[in-house]
Amino acid sequence: MNSAAVVVLGQGVFTVLGTLAAFLPPNRRAMAAGLATGLLGATGFATGIVAFTRPTTMEVGSGLAQVSIRLDPLGGIFLLIIGLLALAASCYAVGYVSGPSASRTSWIALTLFIASMQLVAMAGSVAVFVVGWESMAVTSLLLVWTEHQHSRAVRSAGLWYAAMSQLGFLLILGMFALLVSTGGQSQFLNMHSAVSTGSPLLRSGVFLLALAGFGMKAGLVPVHVWLPRAHPEAPSHVSALMSGAMVSLGIYGLIRIVIEVLGRGPIWWGLLLLAFGGVSALYGILQAVVATDLKRLLAYSTTENMGLATVAIGAALLFIAAGRPIPAGVAIAAALLLVVNHAFFKGLLFLAAGAVLKATGLRDLDRLGGLVSRMPTTARLFAVGALAAAALPPANGFVSEWLLLQSLVQGERGSSTVTALALPIAVAVVALTAGLAVATFVKAFGIGFLARPRSEAADLAVESPMAMRFGMGLLALIVVILGLFPTVVLHRIALATTIPGARPITATWARIQLAGGASLAPPMLVALTVAFGALMAGYVRWHGRPRRTGALTWGNGGVRLSSRMEYTATSFAEPLQRVFDNILRPEQDVSVTPVAESRYLVERVGYEQRVDDVVETRFYQPLLAMGAAWGEWGRRLAPGSVHRYVGYVFGALLIAFAVISL
Amino acid sequence: MTVFGVVTALLQVVLVAAVGPILVGVLRQLRARVEGRVGAGILQPWRDLIKLLRREPISAAGTSWVLILAPVVLMGTSLAVAVLVPYVSTRSATANSSDLFAVVALLLVGTVVLTLAGLDTGTAFGGMGASREITIAALVEPAVLLAVFALSLPAGSTNLAVIVARRVSDQAQLASPVSLLVVVALTIVTLAEAGRLPVDNPATHLELTMIHEAMVLEYSGRDLALVEWASSIRLVILLGLTANLFLPWGVATQAGALALLVGVVAFLAKLLLFGAVLGIGEVFIAKFRLFRVPELLAGAVVLGFLAVMAAFFLVQGSG
Repeated sequence: MNSAAVVVLGQGVFTVLGTLAAFLPPNRRAMAAGLATGLLGATGFATGIVAFTRPTTMEVGSGLAQVSIRLDPLGGIFLLIIGLLALAASCYAVGYVSGPSASRTSWIALTLFIASMQLVAMAGSVAVFVVGWESMAVTSLLLVWTEHQHSRAVRSAGLWYAAMSQLGFLLILGMFALLVSTGGQSQFLNMHSAVSTGSPLLRSGVFLLALAGFGMKAGLVPVHVWLPRAHPEAPSHVSALMSGAMVSLGIYGLIRIVIEVLGRGPIWWGLLLLAFGGVSALYGILQAVVATDLKRLLAYSTTENMGLATVAIGAALLFIAAGRPIPAGVAIAAALLLVVNHAFFKGLLFLAAGAVLKATGLRDLDRLGGLVSRMPTTARLFAVGALAAAALPPANGFVSEWLLLQSLVQGERGSSTVTALALPIAVAVVALTAGLAVATFVKAFGIGFLARPRSEAADLAVESPMAMRFGMGLLALIVVILGLFPTVVLHRIALATTIPGARPITATWARIQLAGGASLAPPMLVALTVAFGALMAGYVRWHGRPRRTGALTWGNGGVRLSSRMEYTATSFAEPLQRVFDNILRPEQDVSVTPVAESRYLVERVGYEQRVDDVVETRFYQPLLAMGAAWGEWGRRLAPGSVHRYVGYVFGALLIAFAVISL
Repeated sequence: MTVFGVVTALLQVVLVAAVGPILVGVLRQLRARVEGRVGAGILQPWRDLIKLLRREPISAAGTSWVLILAPVVLMGTSLAVAVLVPYVSTRSATANSSDLFAVVALLLVGTVVLTLAGLDTGTAFGGMGASREITIAALVEPAVLLAVFALSLPAGSTNLAVIVARRVSDQAQLASPVSLLVVVALTIVTLAEAGRLPVDNPATHLELTMIHEAMVLEYSGRDLALVEWASSIRLVILLGLTANLFLPWGVATQAGALALLVGVVAFLAKLLLFGAVLGIGEVFIAKFRLFRVPELLAGAVVLGFLAVMAAFFLVQGSG
């Protein structure tokens, strides 16, 4: 038996064990089931390694029941992500779960959720992919619904998620139907050559359906609306897995189908992806920068990151269409690196947000604060994640952003005029997105964790248990390692970029070198900064007098400042909200109550502001209202009168006869 | 890694760190003279720094490690950039790491830690300064990166050493439309990033208008010294970068003591020239309203975009 079969079997065994462990009594359940899901993640990670060292395909059974498993570098990358995230999230869950999230159903759903994500990344044929994809959607829906008894928001989030993921599934089924009927081939391995002779119209149809279906999973605008609802309401370890791993599988699907199976296409494919990606990135981060709900903010930032990955895929398609393998290779590597890095830092951030939620019961940044002294470890780990999400060195987000920008900049030379126009716009969008991401995560960390607590709940917060800190710490470690030594994963990514005849990236442990001439040495940048910082700190500390602490803050010579005078998340983002007023369309309401004696004296001023998702309020709600009105109208067809029904039957028969006689 | 490279790198750091406060002194002195005052002399910022460096820092109650760490990180990133950017020579030991995107990211790290420190104080001033600073930093980003893009096209690389060396050797580029557009865009960026008029007024302490000063209001003693010093270094970094791109003459592209000496003198002369223009210009303009600043930055983005297109057609035309 070879190593591939061993690890895949191992995954199967731990899936079964995880399911069985959920039946243990509650006091032992979390430990046992957490151990099983953790090991499921670890074996999945091992499978990912095997996928690189020894790519294989395995087939069991025949006909429709044939299970085809394919381990290749592209799937391997996603197996690595899912594995490590599952491991970290399982450790965390042992300390985190309580109430409904510790139930038997919830643990079984979690185990199956992880297993089905792994199945998607290992699928060798359409049938296996579709089964994995759908069970991933169903199990994650169960997990989103975990706390349905406690709040209405959970129920509505679940409904949105259910409707949109099933719609996406239909689109993907349609896409596969078209793909298989074009090429007559249901194995991914041979699909590329089978469909390369298909008619351009059919290929474009496949492309559009893939974009819509996978875009829905990746949370691209305008089909992102489920994401900012479902992620905040799910238990946090599930949010981490959904946002880090499941959403990434949308990008996996896009790369698998559009780049690997379809390959070279007309130029508008690339431009369309650039447009969707750019809009998603910008819209996502704009919503994130004004969001005050911490987990909602993170969810919108997921849309942003997936948008950036889509921009990279779009650029890759443009370069492939122009027959330029080197920039195309850099662009695909950028897309994959973006997804890998995003998975770990976003997983970390969601876990940390969950720790805050558990300790304070709050997700509202306007009521948080002061956690840096009350939950020191969580605060530091969140800071690492925030640094990565803001794409700043030394965290990993910076490297992927750099690679994305390099792929866009390098592609400019020698491109056609349309591409040459599109690329600088893409760079400007990516740059603005990066700038706003910095503002977003300064807000998330600065308002959420620093200064003084803005509510009693935040004041009384205590540090999370060991298991949770361990799960977060593991992800933080990965984030820093990938930021300093991105080569660890870039070697694997280079294997997965399937453009033949190009070696766009060469990397040593200390430096990434692109074929176009650019290079980046993250350890060097960090070493310089740390060296100079340490020199300065050491010098001034040695020469100066010791620090005095505990002084009063400057209160304009008078009052002691209270936490009500602090800046809040809303006020922090106000300038940006005002700048992007036209896109965000915030609703503000000021109510002034005068005192009873004189209307010139104000007793209290109320200020209310909400920023709704414009896509939701302006597009989906009218659509839903129209559907509801249509349904209302349709009800008049069935008033309960038997005569009317007999009339319908008669009419239907008449039409049927008329059709037959034609 | 040659001896020359290491010497150059160290020389650059020392030079930039030493010149920073002097440049601020020059700007203030110029302003004073134009306004008809005597002024405190160009060495006054250094005297202030030396005094502040000896004083104990005071941390307010309720603040955390962020407040203490921020000045050190700010200083660290500023000096790291001072090493990376080719000011006196393109052959320093770190030249192959001077990627412009990395330089921009390092500067941004400095901005971010300072805004976090502003939030950490928990005062309305700190939050206000942080909020405004980050707004401007976010909106500056597209203009910076488009300028980088335009500069990288003719040189075929985003590495600053390569770009500057290329501009030294091929001086026809300097008068091209790309160059002019980029320099205007970069100047706007410099004003915004370094907190100069018309974006921020470094001399104000009025809550309605201040940005940078509001953020660092709680700093004292050696912490304040580091923040002020780093700010002046950042001004040199940005101004020196714009100067070197616009007037690359004198930057040493060969190893040798004489070339290095010429590089240092040329760098100081360019800095003085650009500083003088900035200092005198500032006397005659007023600060913009905060919400007019985005319009200025949007203008810089448009210029950057035009520069990229111009560079694209020029490169396409020549090759």
